[in-house]
Amino acid sequence: MLEIEIDGKKLTVNQGSTIIDAAHTAGTYIPHFCYHKKLSIAANCRMCLVEVEKAPKPLPACATPVTDGMKVHTASPLAKKAQQGVMEFLLINHPLDCPICDQGGECQLQDLAVGYGNSGSRYQEEKRVVVGKDMGPLVSAEEMSRCIHCTRCVRFTDEIGGFQEIGMANRSEFSEIMPYLGKTVNSEISGNVIDLCPVGALTSKPFRYSTRAWELSRRKSVSPHDGLGANLIVQVKQNEVMRVLPLENEAINECWLADRDRFSYEGLNSAERLHKPMIKFDGKWHETDWQTALEYVVKGLNGVSADHGKDAIGFLTSPHSTTEELYLAQKLARSFGVNNIDAALRRSDSRVSAAQQGALWLGSSITELAAAKSLLVVGSSQRQEQPLLASRIRQSVKKGTQLNVIHVADDELFTTLNAKLIVSPAALVNGLAQVLKAAVSIKGVESTLDLSAANVGEQAQAIAASLCATDNAAIILGNVAQHHPAFSELLSLAQELSRITGARFGITAEAANSVGADVAGANPARGPMGAAVTAGLSAAAMLAAPRKAYFLLNAEAEADTYNGQQAVAAMKQAATVIALTAYKGAGLLDYADVLLPVAPFSETAGSFVNMEGKLQSFNGVVRPQGEARPAWKVLRVLGNMLSLDGFEQNSAEDVRAELLAKGDIAAKLNNALASTAANVAAPAAAGLVRVGEVPLYHADPICRRAPSLQQTEAAATPVVRVSPADAARLGLNDGDAVVVEQGSASVSLQVRADKALAEGVVRVAAAHPATQALAGMFEPIQIKRG
Amino acid sequence: MLSAESLAKIDRELAKYPADQFRSAAMSALRIALTERRETGATPEERCLNADVIEFVANYIGIPPVAAYEVATFYNMYDMKPVGKYKITVCTNLPCALQGGVNAAQYISGKLGIALGETSADGKYTLLEGECMGACGDAPVLLLNNHKMCSFMTPEAIDKKLAELE
Repeated sequence: MLEIEIDGKKLTVNQGSTIIDAAHTAGTYIPHFCYHKKLSIAANCRMCLVEVEKAPKPLPACATPVTDGMKVHTASPLAKKAQQGVMEFLLINHPLDCPICDQGGECQLQDLAVGYGNSGSRYQEEKRVVVGKDMGPLVSAEEMSRCIHCTRCVRFTDEIGGFQEIGMANRSEFSEIMPYLGKTVNSEISGNVIDLCPVGALTSKPFRYSTRAWELSRRKSVSPHDGLGANLIVQVKQNEVMRVLPLENEAINECWLADRDRFSYEGLNSAERLHKPMIKFDGKWHETDWQTALEYVVKGLNGVSADHGKDAIGFLTSPHSTTEELYLAQKLARSFGVNNIDAALRRSDSRVSAAQQGALWLGSSITELAAAKSLLVVGSSQRQEQPLLASRIRQSVKKGTQLNVIHVADDELFTTLNAKLIVSPAALVNGLAQVLKAAVSIKGVESTLDLSAANVGEQAQAIAASLCATDNAAIILGNVAQHHPAFSELLSLAQELSRITGARFGITAEAANSVGADVAGANPARGPMGAAVTAGLSAAAMLAAPRKAYFLLNAEAEADTYNGQQAVAAMKQAATVIALTAYKGAGLLDYADVLLPVAPFSETAGSFVNMEGKLQSFNGVVRPQGEARPAWKVLRVLGNMLSLDGFEQNSAEDVRAELLAKGDIAAKLNNALASTAANVAAPAAAGLVRVGEVPLYHADPICRRAPSLQQTEAAATPVVRVSPADAARLGLNDGDAVVVEQGSASVSLQVRADKALAEGVVRVAAAHPATQALAGMFEPIQIKRG
Repeated sequence: MLSAESLAKIDRELAKYPADQFRSAAMSALRIALTERRETGATPEERCLNADVIEFVANYIGIPPVAAYEVATFYNMYDMKPVGKYKITVCTNLPCALQGGVNAAQYISGKLGIALGETSADGKYTLLEGECMGACGDAPVLLLNNHKMCSFMTPEAIDKKLAELE
């Protein structure tokens, strides 16, 4: 510890910290542009110059480590003169077009020019002009003359984004910030450069020129997309969500936001929003009032239950719904006598819910996961499933974490892998079994599972060695594993591997409230807080054996299920499909017969339980659009109209309190399965098998309707990817038109050879409108020339 | 995009740096790529670096293309603009100027019929003004094709040198 003095204030700081860190902990602000606590130190803006006693000239506070007995003056005449001089230099080429600049009012340069600059400049000559750049549909770089070359954006893409997409070309007064010639910025977390830019050079393309910063009110909320539960500041003007910014939470999203969390808000104001209840009769949709629509729903449920029994009804609830909605939905279903309710809509393995002993979760907190010395990620396209978690793992690898991967594709993770096992989906179980077998022999213990079918390969051995070498290891299963038909085998193997190596194990919850759905009881075999219930059918089973009535909560069957083709067929044969939805999507208009407009997360109070089991509650930030109502209210009224007991809640808080009174969430988190039988043999190759992941911006109804996100490369029409060997065997060249067939559907797409894939694999994204007609995400598929 | 010979040279450069500092090889790799293009290019456009070449080099050594582009645009001897078969850079800094450097530049300019900074219509010569090349004792100096330094460039020496280039 070192004793230093800043502006006469004595403090002790750690060896190695810089003056700016020390000053900020002491509450002394030092003006700066290029310095950012999460980025490397560049010291190129020179705004943080301070006077240090015994130093011959002002020193940059961000790049000067403290020494014992150092005396710093941040506002002495020398420091002030230095700051004023720097500010005059910075403003030489800055256009000073604040009145027409989108950053006006929230601009660091503007603020610091007022706070630390002179009122005038001696510069009379012409200012330089820099042409705008195209950085893609999310980040606008139209006014690059405003850039002060702090290089925060460059360092962000390199250090946090993992791949340097932005650079500073040329030198001296010709320096320009630009993406590579002809390329755009395609990072899944690119929007953060907008926050980082201290001037108006990089601005948000969707938000530009829509309003001024001081006209917005700031409301806290929680992201409804991936399982991380990123904290949001939602900015609102005249009852409309204008943009979304990160709310700093070091334990969850740090100070970042993924583009999906940041730009999905556009979907909230989509033209597809459902504003009035609608009923379909004679094949036509009619707007109606709530009373008529609710009576229709009650009549439909009663009718189907009278004609076909309660078991003919299925509740499919989206895991992007709030905990309160999911709790009331399962209460409504079970009080009415329906046991078929599930929120794991894309899970194809129905055995898991029956064997579950608690809510499936990450197995540790996010920060604990990031601190693991060895990490095994099974079946996860990390960057598109959990963009910020992937970024966090990258940072961990830089600090020495060994990252191991078992996956169906050798995706670019922009980090160093300790070992990787790339297999076809059919061999995923076998891959994990190999690691387990290797760990068994390293630890010299017995496994309760029969592993004779697993032949340990070199990579599996390396993964096992890495997991066994530390007592701080973790195993996580991603979406591919969770959607995989053998999810219960994978979970059992992970559980056994965890027992043997001492590693923690868990899943990266797919949706914002996947864990909350399990806790709230939107699970076919478990009631709220794990209460015993009569087991019903899982989502996959409800669609495989079609029901007579479906009750959809925020779900769109064609895109939110494992097998879109089967799901739509099931919907179409049903006598009634009741949809509580914020959007009148084309699919719902086709197969549903009553649409009840419910509020998305921005218009209702509620809570999400993120992947680490943390319940985060939030309030509505705007009033519901049109006649939309919070879904919990709709479910409550439906409960009343069906004459069921226990639907007297007056607020979302009441609902939450009712659920939380039943137990403690932390105590209900448990990844262990009751039965751990696993057949680990890799099945003999039987034709081609599909790898169908959900694209980054097609994961939930809101982001599917965000126009700017839909213009990104990640949302483009999927191409069919096959291994180079398969492409050669089938005689396919990159860009050839092919037809892929699954079940009754065939879809024409372009093909591309991809050396990231194992042989026998056809990678075609699911959930995209172009591929929704296809069947199961990890099922056999045919491919032929188109 | 590049010959096997050039790739072998780049491999050799890569081997010179520690594993965690391989990106330092970007400078040498770009130089090797530019040299090959200068020697084999048929038109001025084919004799300089362009986006495709830089991206190829970056991918070959394993750095982001934009990082290689930063290097290529920072140093002015990486030709980013079309350049003639013979690139003549004459030093016009003070010591050379005192020894007739400016005159040498004007002499070449008159002889080739192109102004400073221009490329001849037949794509054969590019004449540029350069900064100090660190050989003031040999003034006036010029640099031929980035690599060959020519000293004491009096009009006679220039005539001889240009005759060699014919």
